[in-house]
Amino acid sequence: MSSRELILDRVRAALRDAPVVAEAPRDYRPAGAAPPDLDVLVDRLVDYKAEVHRVASAEVAATVAGLVAEGGAVLVPPGLPEMWRPEGAFADDGLAPDRIAAADAVLTAAAVAVAETGTIVLDASPDQGRRVISLLPDVHVIVLRPDQVVASVPDAIARLDGRRPLTWISGPSATSDIELNRVEGVHGPRHLHVLLLTDG
Amino acid sequence: MSTFLGMPTTAPRGVGHLRGDRTFPEAARDALKNDQLRRNLRHATTTIRGKSGKVIAELPDWQSLRDAGSAIKAGVLAQLPELLEQLEARVTEAGGVVHWAADANEANAIVTGLVRQTGSDRVIKVKSMATQEIGLNEALEAAGITPVETDLAELIVQLGHDKPSHILVPAIHRNRSEIRDIFLRAMPGVDPALTDDPPVLAAAARRYLRETFLSTTVAVSGANFAIADTGTLGVVESEGNGRMCLTLPDTLITVMGIEKVLPTWRDLEVFLQLLPRSSTGERMNPYTTMWTGVTPGDGPQKFHLVLLDNGRTAVLSDPAGRQALHCIRCSACLNVCPVYERTGGHSYGSVYPGPIGAVLSPQLTGVADNASLPYASSLCGACFDACPVKIDIPSLLVHLRNRVRHPAAERAAMAAAAYTMDRPKLYASAQRAAKLARIAGRRGRGLPPPLSGWTAGRDLPEFPKQTFRDWWAERASHPEPASHPEPASHPERAEET
Repeated sequence: MSSRELILDRVRAALRDAPVVAEAPRDYRPAGAAPPDLDVLVDRLVDYKAEVHRVASAEVAATVAGLVAEGGAVLVPPGLPEMWRPEGAFADDGLAPDRIAAADAVLTAAAVAVAETGTIVLDASPDQGRRVISLLPDVHVIVLRPDQVVASVPDAIARLDGRRPLTWISGPSATSDIELNRVEGVHGPRHLHVLLLTDG
Repeated sequence: MSTFLGMPTTAPRGVGHLRGDRTFPEAARDALKNDQLRRNLRHATTTIRGKSGKVIAELPDWQSLRDAGSAIKAGVLAQLPELLEQLEARVTEAGGVVHWAADANEANAIVTGLVRQTGSDRVIKVKSMATQEIGLNEALEAAGITPVETDLAELIVQLGHDKPSHILVPAIHRNRSEIRDIFLRAMPGVDPALTDDPPVLAAAARRYLRETFLSTTVAVSGANFAIADTGTLGVVESEGNGRMCLTLPDTLITVMGIEKVLPTWRDLEVFLQLLPRSSTGERMNPYTTMWTGVTPGDGPQKFHLVLLDNGRTAVLSDPAGRQALHCIRCSACLNVCPVYERTGGHSYGSVYPGPIGAVLSPQLTGVADNASLPYASSLCGACFDACPVKIDIPSLLVHLRNRVRHPAAERAAMAAAAYTMDRPKLYASAQRAAKLARIAGRRGRGLPPPLSGWTAGRDLPEFPKQTFRDWWAERASHPEPASHPEPASHPERAEET
């Protein structure tokens, strides 16, 4: 008998009493219950030490250039809109991890943002790139369109495709491991900038 | 004990970390003498209770989310075979390989074999209760493979040659200056001028592990959930060490208890709200990674999922006890428990400490191997109120106490009490005898041996001056209301701590 059959047999034997379970009540606020509030998103992002910049699309490249030191290397995913790229940015084309880690900052788009929790989700679309590029550089800059912002976690789940590689980001890397207090800055990017577009 | 193939089976002895070498009262007695430990625990649990309470209060539908979470988990257990088969199919379609491990030994052998196949002699690890439970690190070391814990608290425990004492924050028993001392002593290349400022300590861990992340080709993780209808796995974390392990290596091996499966993608909308607010007291934890099998060109190109039983089917076989498998490992019950706050996690002997550990560990191992744990509680009920999936831990503790084999003296006393209470004349004379015992002066000193174990952790209630039977008899002989005797003094309530 394989372990697979063994375990499944054990589970069936354990359920000999054939428990009958009613469908789960879902009386919580469902997807679509409320419109997103951008001010709530900004408040929650700032609370978890992200820096928020409200800019027009045309100002993205200059804003990002201003966030890195003169001549700093900005990494971008291959599908990032041209107009957002700061001068001298280099695109990921399967770079080795040490090349990615050497970038001063990475600039990506996003898939969805949750106002209530201050969370931004990347789904590895071409304008967001491979998961690793938003992980190794010390500064992560995310461009967010207002129509990507939803109110709650159920709204985000309804919009996302679970079969894509997803990274949910709420503020910079942090830990609660020392005396259960939140401290920012461990292994992921220690600085998170969110460029919230004013012109969708 | 004979085992029949296909019958639910408890976790085997001699492997893993579900059994302590001492009983809870023995270990707790030592822990209570450690003032530093009690200060650290009180500080940390007070902090987290405040944070968690604040963000839970922000949600108007928290109780509805708990109801949904509890019902979804009950549904998972009821249809577990179908969900596991569906999960296996989806993960396989997406390019992953699914393995089934009946117990800790088999899981350790599977993981060790998979690591050997890669040729690597080192693995990076994301904090995982399942791999702690099965003693995977010891098994890997025995095979000449170095496991590197990358979670900050696990690193503190590993560098300090210590044991984890909390589900979420395994180094909760250490304060910042103790952590600095461990880093100075055991972290190669650390700055000798290291201070105990938490951001400085976090930065030291970042520098220490960076090169290891970039150069290790195999990672081992646990999983917070697996979605049956999409095949999606998820790890909820804070530091980014999880993202490193789940993204950088060529090979990813995930060990997950069979009860962690969820039916649908939509169910995540419940658990992603319940878990962060109950565990770290955040609206959302900094990072969550979700992956489905293998994505060409992005992340590990080889993915193995090891589905672990190791006693879970034994828990499942008890219709009353199985709700312990609803646990999402948030640790809220530890943080509100007056017993945990004073004794710390090591006293429980198992990797699952606190209230949930007191009901989960004895069921995974069989009650006989963790017989003292169902008593490691005052039954105050704070854990039930705090549990995001509404596990009725106090009732489960009482249920398990009834399955513990009671000491011979206690069984004899209970049998004698039952016999006496069935016979009114005998009962009346027993009550008179109890009064005599009080006069004899044992009050406040507990029961004499061999019953002294009963009163070691409880006060013996003071007997009333007059038994109810005496009062009733007296009242019948003096029918005038004016002649009511003074009410018998109310016995002092035994104060449980």
